[in-house]
Amino acid sequence: MDNFTVGVVVFPGSNCDRDVSWALEGCLDIRTKYLWHESSDLSDVDAIVLPGGFSYGDYLRCGAIARFSPLINALDEFVKSGKRVLGICNGFQILTESGFLPGALVANKNLNFICDDVELDIVSSKGGWFNNGDEKQTIKLPIAHGEGRYHCDSDTLKKLVDNELISLRYKNNPNGSSFDIAGITNEKGNVLGLMPHPERACDETIGGTDGLFTLKSLILK
Amino acid sequence: MDQFAVKVFVRLRPSVLDPAGEATKSASIKLGAEGIKSLRIGKMIEVKIEGNGENEVREKIDLLCYRLFANTVIEDYEYSLEKL
Repeated sequence: MDNFTVGVVVFPGSNCDRDVSWALEGCLDIRTKYLWHESSDLSDVDAIVLPGGFSYGDYLRCGAIARFSPLINALDEFVKSGKRVLGICNGFQILTESGFLPGALVANKNLNFICDDVELDIVSSKGGWFNNGDEKQTIKLPIAHGEGRYHCDSDTLKKLVDNELISLRYKNNPNGSSFDIAGITNEKGNVLGLMPHPERACDETIGGTDGLFTLKSLILK
Repeated sequence: MDQFAVKVFVRLRPSVLDPAGEATKSASIKLGAEGIKSLRIGKMIEVKIEGNGENEVREKIDLLCYRLFANTVIEDYEYSLEKL
C-alpha cells in the first residue's frame, strides 16, 4: 500500500485539484500525483480523481470539452481494468458527458449557484465508497455548484434503482435533481460520480470529516 | 471543394426543465408582453465548412452534433445547410 498513488487530473480550469491532493496526502497519508489532461500515460497511478472546478471554462456544457482530452480517452482502459475513478462535481459532469456514468447534470432548478453543507442519505455502498451499516446512514458534505441537477430518463432511473447504483440522495433536494440524486456509480462499482465535495470534509477544523471514508476507499482493490 | 454555411440549433429536450427559459418568460411578462405560452432557451452554432458535396458535409455535421454540440441525454439538435 506504501506505493499506492492516486492520480489527480488537472484540466485548465480545475480548482479543487490541490484540495483533493491535500486531503489525500495530509489527512490520509495517501500519495498523489497530478496528471495534466494532455497526458495519456496512466501506468503509474492506481486510482484517479477527477476534481471539481470549471474545466475549459464550462464552455458549451460543463465537462463537454474535457471529455475529448487525451487523458479521458485513456480512462476507458483504466476503468475496464477495474481500477477506481472518483469524479467530484465537475468530475461527475465529465464522467456523465463521456458516458462512464448515465444521465446528465444541468442547471440548478432555481438557477442559483449553491454553496452550502447538505445532509445526504447513503443509499447504496456499492463499490465500497460509503460506509453503509445496518442502519440508515446520513452524512454531511459541502456542495458548490450551479449545474448540479441530475437528470435522466425514466428507464435509466429504473435501472439505477434496480441495480443499486444510486449512492447518495439529498435529504432536502437543493437543486431539483431527479429522485434527489447526489451521487451514482457504474454497474461494476469502480466509478463514482458525486456533486458534493468529500475533500472539503476531511478535517474537524474545517467543519467535518464525513468525506474521509470516500477518499480512503480509493485504495480499495 | 464546396463550402457550406451550417446553422445548428441545439435545444433542451421537452422533458427537461429549462429554468433559464422560465426566468426569461417571467421577465417577458413583467415587461408587458402578453400571450406568452412557453419560452425555452437553446443555442445556435454557426459553422463554415468545406467538403466534397452536401452528403459528405452532412456526415461531418451529424458527427459534430451527436458527439460534441449536443448532449442527446438532455438536448435535441437540428441544422440547416446552405451552399456558399
